[in-house]
Amino acid sequence: MVSVVVFLPLLGAAVLAFTRAGPRLARGVWLAVTGLDLVLVLAMTAGYSTPPPGGLAYAEQVAWIPGAGVSYHVGVDGLSLPMLLVTDVLFVACAVWALRADDRVRRLAALFLALQTTCLGLFAAQDLILFFLFFDLSIVAMYAVIAGWGHGEQAKRSALQFFLYTFLGSLALLVGFIGLYLGSTPHTFDIPTLVARAQGGTVLAGGVVLGLILLGLAIKTPTVPFHTWLPPAHTDAPAIGSAILAGVLLKMGTYGFLRVGMPLLPDAWRSWAWVIVVVGLVSVLFGALVALAQTNVKRMIAYTSVNHMGYVVLAVGAAGLVASDTATAREVAVTGAVTQMVSHGLITGALFLLAGVLDSRSGTYEMDSFGGLAAAAPRYTALFAVGALGSLGLPALSGFIAEFQIFTGAIAATWVAALALPGILLTAALFLRAFHRVFTGPDGPATGGFTDVRGPELVAAGGLLALSIALGIVPGPLLDLIRPFAASVVAALGG
Amino acid sequence: MSGAWLVALVLVPAVTGGGLAIRGVARARSGAGPDRPAAPVALVAAALSVLLAAVVAAERPTLEWSFLPGGAFALGADGLSALLLPGVTAVALLVLVVAAVERTAPAARFHGLMLLFVAAVAITLTAVTLPALLLGWELMGAASWALIGFRWRDPDRTTAGLVAFVTTRTADLGLYLAAGAAAAGAASAGGAGLGLGLADLPQLPSPWREVAAVGLVVAAAGKAAQLPFSFWLSRAMLGPSPVSALLHSAAMVAMGGYLLLRAEPLLAATPAVALATAWVGALTAVGLGVVAMAQRDLKQLLAASTAAQLGFVVMAAGVGDVPGGAEHLLGHAATKALLFLVAGLWLAALGTKQLDAIAGVARWWRPVGVLFTFAALTLAGLPPLGLWVTKDHVLAAAGERSGWLYVVGLAGAVLSAGYAAVALRAAWHGPDRRPDHRPGWDSEEDGDRHVPAQATVPLAVLAVGALVPVALLVPAVSGAVDRLLGANGAVTPGAAEMAASAGLALAVFGLVLRRLPRAVPGAARWWYLERVATATVVAPVEWLATRADRLDRALDRAVVGVARTTAAVSAAASRLDVSVVDGAVRGVVGSVRAAGRAALRPQSGLVHQYLGAAAVVLAVGAVLLVVVRP
Repeated sequence: MVSVVVFLPLLGAAVLAFTRAGPRLARGVWLAVTGLDLVLVLAMTAGYSTPPPGGLAYAEQVAWIPGAGVSYHVGVDGLSLPMLLVTDVLFVACAVWALRADDRVRRLAALFLALQTTCLGLFAAQDLILFFLFFDLSIVAMYAVIAGWGHGEQAKRSALQFFLYTFLGSLALLVGFIGLYLGSTPHTFDIPTLVARAQGGTVLAGGVVLGLILLGLAIKTPTVPFHTWLPPAHTDAPAIGSAILAGVLLKMGTYGFLRVGMPLLPDAWRSWAWVIVVVGLVSVLFGALVALAQTNVKRMIAYTSVNHMGYVVLAVGAAGLVASDTATAREVAVTGAVTQMVSHGLITGALFLLAGVLDSRSGTYEMDSFGGLAAAAPRYTALFAVGALGSLGLPALSGFIAEFQIFTGAIAATWVAALALPGILLTAALFLRAFHRVFTGPDGPATGGFTDVRGPELVAAGGLLALSIALGIVPGPLLDLIRPFAASVVAALGG
Repeated sequence: MSGAWLVALVLVPAVTGGGLAIRGVARARSGAGPDRPAAPVALVAAALSVLLAAVVAAERPTLEWSFLPGGAFALGADGLSALLLPGVTAVALLVLVVAAVERTAPAARFHGLMLLFVAAVAITLTAVTLPALLLGWELMGAASWALIGFRWRDPDRTTAGLVAFVTTRTADLGLYLAAGAAAAGAASAGGAGLGLGLADLPQLPSPWREVAAVGLVVAAAGKAAQLPFSFWLSRAMLGPSPVSALLHSAAMVAMGGYLLLRAEPLLAATPAVALATAWVGALTAVGLGVVAMAQRDLKQLLAASTAAQLGFVVMAAGVGDVPGGAEHLLGHAATKALLFLVAGLWLAALGTKQLDAIAGVARWWRPVGVLFTFAALTLAGLPPLGLWVTKDHVLAAAGERSGWLYVVGLAGAVLSAGYAAVALRAAWHGPDRRPDHRPGWDSEEDGDRHVPAQATVPLAVLAVGALVPVALLVPAVSGAVDRLLGANGAVTPGAAEMAASAGLALAVFGLVLRRLPRAVPGAARWWYLERVATATVVAPVEWLATRADRLDRALDRAVVGVARTTAAVSAAASRLDVSVVDGAVRGVVGSVRAAGRAALRPQSGLVHQYLGAAAVVLAVGAVLLVVVRP
């Protein structure tokens, strides 16, 4: 079942790649395949019952390179399943958004379907080499998206910078994985096996290995100071590319923290916990401050991603500050971190889609080119307002559910986490200020003739935001899914 | 099952409001005429809310839905919310009636946002856990942002909304901190959950109890526009008058006072915080009272007086007088809503709210003028009107705690007589017949020289509401309220104290009516609070932001520089390779065999070495990509 979910989009990509489908058919295939994939994941979710701690549901394992301890091992748990869901939701939203695309549609659809497989594969992989494979392939596919469909003169350069930076990060990750492999006897890359051994205290890898893994994941997340590839990549990427980059690819970094870093190297994680907390704290505040200084809407949203991912890093760091009486609080922090990954995908995905409208209508993202858009584009204005409010952590949207858990859990683990609180204030100020500059006040030079969002744009962005609202009001089902996983991770850290 | 009433209480205004807001968006470009159904639909929903509030007050249902262990979203009604819910929803209904009479447009967006605000207030008033409280609390803030900046073409008005939201959210961080402190305290006490119930907070171990209490007080002070946060309320006066009549009298600002009354047991468990809270309230009553007296703009005067009057509620919570605080809150809500609504009607008629320009306005539209006068006399705290009764209740409790607190509070009470007199003086101090034109008219908007007569009815109902607290003079009534709020042995003011405060108020009222006192320097500008906040908080943050941005660009250049250097080094190495090494190669031919043997060595059969080698190759490949790049 998991394999079908992972490879169905690739099948669609192959069909599109090797046939001469016209744009209309290509868009149809794209939407149909992503939609079917989402239905399959939903069916999986409906049939999902929480596996025992450390266990997997829908697990499939096939020998691949037995001599090297590498197998094709996939399966889902309370971390994977929400990520698979948000991945498919975002890809469906992109396919809907692209119903108006007309630039080399067949190739674009094939590329996005292939990219979808790499993302789904990564979140389902239970083998380090498999994980690494999907990790690198996703970078390659995203490079192609930005370089091939990006706009602006800098697109190729930004794409290359993105590729090199995250690719170098992945090499650090690979070396770290090899360290894990060598540190376990008999040698294996199988994640559940390594988790079980880590529980037994027989994984020998230590701080250096975790350091390498953290470096690789920190570049991907990205955290300060490894984030400089992100703003240019977003600024020059097409709207749907940005949405996937922010909504799915960034999560691969924080997903790795929770899938590999914490459960496989609990001792090292505990000794690195303070470093991680500080990096998270700096990312939250620095990301928000730099975002405040931006005048380009897309660059600003990119920096708020640094801020939002900073909360996740802060939470997983605080989870490593082991003390027996704060176990519940640290579980809440980890649950909040996973919730934030889902929520940020929905909200920032929607915001990047919406930001793309500015460029497609007027050829610029500069705030001061606009003003008074609310008159010409009321639907666009309303959607952007909801997205902005969600991103600044307003209750009744999913961002609050995530950030409230992170703050409450992390502050209970260490009061230092309270220093991140001004982050939600800075994001409030910067989002509302940007909103006023673009949508209210007198008309700006680029406001004239701006057409409102309609049809597919409305459905895609509106759907993502509606999901965020639903999670914000009724978070229970999602949290029930995540919580057992959070409990098992926190228990694995000991204390 | 009774939870259904709470669901309805929240959902009726929320769904109607959301629907109207969407309708507003859908109709925004259509250019169709006035939206006739919007206002009636909103009024029906608001009326239903009043009924549902009454049912909830009577039934006391509870409702809970899953969020966190020991921190669910949970709503419930107790005596305090039973007292306030019907009152606040009733004010909301009356305000919406006046807004409908005034034809506030676009109607769908306006009424939709107002109803969403009412839903947020309903959540706030019934929240029994911190997550539920934050849900209502911050939604109120967001709704106020949208409502204050309702006329979005004017940057001054949208900035006012921004200032209101950001300032109150600054204070709201206190609630997030309180939640963290509660979780930390519950953990150290060995609790199973996070302990986020509002009723759990007083049992927290020290110092978490104090941290939580300070957090709540800061958040409440921000919403209630207490010192030093008061400036946002001044800005917020740029919003439509019905917005001020609801948000800045009965609901949002009042919710700051409500939160402290709700948290009174926590304050009682943290005496130092409670005393500081009482002083914040007392100093705001005096400080903003002086500001109110110095204003020459009617809405600015009313805004400053709102902060000052909320000071009494805050003081009540600090000294543990929940009944006095709650009664004052309600009495003030009705009184101030009436005053704001009349100010709005006059503004719409004359196009200005400057006191000098509107002088005599009460004579020109008598019924409205008389109702305004009645409300202003109530605000003044003159006997035997509502706020005189409730304020003295609070003052008596304050006197029990500290003599100085009583004296400062009494000064605040006397000042309220002063600023009410300033407003009344302007309302009546003019010719009997309205002149055709006067300098200053139409300076803020185009007035239509018309005050709709239908507005008189809801205003009269508000006036009756303002009179309700007088009933507290009957011991049976005040005893019933005390029992409702679970307050036993509440202090009641003595006859001498009440007479003294009445006498002082009357004296000052008379003096100010006779001769307008000179403004205290700085008071007209709200003690420059906004300028201070800009200089001490906003400007440094802006500076930091530009510095961070510069640092970030430098970091980006450094990273690119490293990549460039690598590329340059490898290019140089390749040149070296061609010129120097190539020549040497011939000499090395003899060692080829040795190299051949060496080449066999990495073929070790060890997978990790292969993968390591692969990593190196990939890295070299990446560098090559840079070199090859045009």
